[in-house]
Amino acid sequence: MPIRCEIVSQDRRVYQGDADMVLLPGSEGVMGILPHHAPLLTTLKLGVITVRSGGNEEYFTIAGGMAEVQPDLITILADAAENVSEIDVERAQAARERAEEMLAKGVPPDTDAYLAVEAALRRSNLRLEAVRRFRKAGAKPARMTEESR
Amino acid sequence: MASAREMRMRIRSVKNISQVTRALEAVSASKVRKAVAAVQETRPYATKAWQVLTHVAGQPGRGTLHPLLTSRPEVRKTLVVVVSGDRGLAGAYNTNIIRFTAQHFDRYPNPVAYVAVGRKGRDMLLRRRKQVVAEFSNLPAAPSFANVSAIGRLAVDDFLKGEVDEVWLVYTDFVNMVRQEPVLKKLLPLEVDSHDRVEAYQAQHLNAAYIYEPEERQILDTIIPRFTALQVYQAILESLASEHAARMVAMRNATDNAIELADHLQLVYNKARQQGITNDLLDIAGGAEALARAMVQR
Repeated sequence: MPIRCEIVSQDRRVYQGDADMVLLPGSEGVMGILPHHAPLLTTLKLGVITVRSGGNEEYFTIAGGMAEVQPDLITILADAAENVSEIDVERAQAARERAEEMLAKGVPPDTDAYLAVEAALRRSNLRLEAVRRFRKAGAKPARMTEESR
Repeated sequence: MASAREMRMRIRSVKNISQVTRALEAVSASKVRKAVAAVQETRPYATKAWQVLTHVAGQPGRGTLHPLLTSRPEVRKTLVVVVSGDRGLAGAYNTNIIRFTAQHFDRYPNPVAYVAVGRKGRDMLLRRRKQVVAEFSNLPAAPSFANVSAIGRLAVDDFLKGEVDEVWLVYTDFVNMVRQEPVLKKLLPLEVDSHDRVEAYQAQHLNAAYIYEPEERQILDTIIPRFTALQVYQAILESLASEHAARMVAMRNATDNAIELADHLQLVYNKARQQGITNDLLDIAGGAEALARAMVQR
């Protein structure tokens, strides 16, 4: 029996579907959730969510949030999340350069601005890393053929 | 009877009014589209967050789980967050929400303090001699979560400090363009309310307590105030969409009425003018006849 998985970010519904297993970047470490898991409430940190169903895997980057697990349902409330296949590489690249530039210019540390830039840098690094690692993985034949056309 | 000049001016002013109301209708129409889009984008998150909260609240032993989930044996003071508009000319929108609030809290057994979101609501509450402890007006046209999270924080803080023993939220739910309904929701302490039957049913059947990671207190401290603020945010978005929709409909009615009135006035004016001409002709004809008769007699 699969487990239902729903990922919503603050501005939209990112994913909804049945899964055999979901890997979550919990704040205490990565955890794999299988169907019939005991009820669980956890905070999530920056990282990648893997949703495995059948032979297929889908990957999502998440910029923190929380997850609620019920035996038949995983609800992920993300501060921001997107499917790795939807990531705009050029935009992420530009964001990373912008953030690096600002850090190089020397933003005073321990200020809100510094933390914001640092968080932006971490997010764009995560996106680029996720694209590099998971897009070529070939686990999504449907999408690959679409791209090769 | 007004003079012809006065009537012409009246007709012109009514036509001007219809142009103004038509422009306002067009403005509201574009605003309502944006507001509805904003509501629908955030709705899944807010709904899910509310679901998670009710699951947490529905757990066994919730009484001691977290102060924000704990009902107090005696309610000495109640806080009501009322979401209304900053501006009028929105039909019965502002009146409805205040009347709805009054229906519920005017005969409340304990003192009630109000937090007014929106200037119109504040004015109306003050006119009814209510105690308004805080006011949030002039919100941006498309508020972000950061803009309004202070409202939720205020509610949570007052509740934790023990200044109030329960917090309610009153706002207008956007159903569709012609229907907006005032809604009452209990924010704190968090309860599985009887309206969410499905939720209540589910919560009862999820008897197992949660595993928490990191530890329970830390995670509840993070998510409960945040999700409470989120409910306020969602309520404000719903209310904004409702306000624009109400204003659009009100302005459309006003335009229709103005056009009808202008038509009616034009008809009255034309009749009066024709009557004047007829009278003039009669006068001339009568005068000419009298003159002719006088000539003959001489």
